[in-house]
Amino acid sequence: MIDKSLEVQKQEIEATEDAERTRECMCFTPRADIYEVDDQLVIVMDVPGADEKAVDITLEKNVLTVNAYIEPVEVEGFGLAFAEYEVGDYQRSFKLSEDIDREKIQATIRDGLLRLYLPKATQAIVRKIDVKANNN
Amino acid sequence: MYRRYRVPNMWREVDRLQREMNRLFETTYPARRRQAAGYPAVNLWSNENGVILTAEVPGVSPDDIDINVLGETVTLSGVRNIDELPETARYHRQERGYGAFTRSVQLPFNVDVNQVEANFKNGVLAVNLPRAEADKPRKIAVKTA
Repeated sequence: MIDKSLEVQKQEIEATEDAERTRECMCFTPRADIYEVDDQLVIVMDVPGADEKAVDITLEKNVLTVNAYIEPVEVEGFGLAFAEYEVGDYQRSFKLSEDIDREKIQATIRDGLLRLYLPKATQAIVRKIDVKANNN
Repeated sequence: MYRRYRVPNMWREVDRLQREMNRLFETTYPARRRQAAGYPAVNLWSNENGVILTAEVPGVSPDDIDINVLGETVTLSGVRNIDELPETARYHRQERGYGAFTRSVQLPFNVDVNQVEANFKNGVLAVNLPRAEADKPRKIAVKTA
C-alpha cells in the first residue's frame, strides 16, 4: 500500500479512440482504487454528485464500463462567483480478467463513492488451447 | 522568501515580466477555473444576501466534516479514511488519496454565524453562508438642504 495524499483536481477524460462523447458537459476519469480481498476484487471510485440513478454500469464481453451522468449544478438566485472545480460526467472502463464471476457483480454507492464488487468464480474457468505441432 | 537585493532591478523586472505574462495568458485564454489552493476545491455562488460554498468531498462521511465560521473566514476540515482491510488484502491500484484536510476561505463580508446551514449529499458539500445583517450595504438617502 502506498501513502497517497488527497488530490485536488479531477482528471479530465482523454479522447478515446473508439467513440467521442456528445453530451454537452465535461467528463472526468474518476480516480479508482482496486484491491483484492477474500476472493473478490473491489473497485472504489470517486463520483461526487452521483446517486444510484445517475450511474450506469454495463458489461460487454470482458469490458466493464461505468458511466455517471451528473446534472449540471445551478443554484437558484445565486451566480457562480469563483470556481475551482467543474461539474461533469464520469466515465471509466475496466478490462476484467477471466476468473471474475460475471453473474455476481454488485455495486453500491454512498457519499459519492461507488464500489464495485467483483467476486472470483469458485472454479476459475480457464480455457487452455493446446498448440499442436505442425510438421508438414 | 529569501531574496538577494544586491541586484534588485533584475528580480523586480523578472517579477513584472511574469505578472505581465500571466495577465496576457488570462486575457487570451480566460481561465475556466482557478487552481485550487488546497483540498477540497471549492466553488462559491454569491448574491447580495450571501454566499453558498460547494465542495466535492467524495468518500468523506458527513460526521467527519467540521465547518467553522469566524467573522469573514470559513474553515472546512475533515478526514477521508481509507477502507480498513484485513492483512490478506492486496492493492492492485491506488489512485485515491486519503488523510486529513483543512481549507480556509476568506469571504468579503462577515457571516451571520447563526444562520449558517450545511448540506451534504452524494459527496458534495454545500454551505450556506448568509451575510451578517449589520454588514449589509445600507442605502443612504440624500436629503435636499
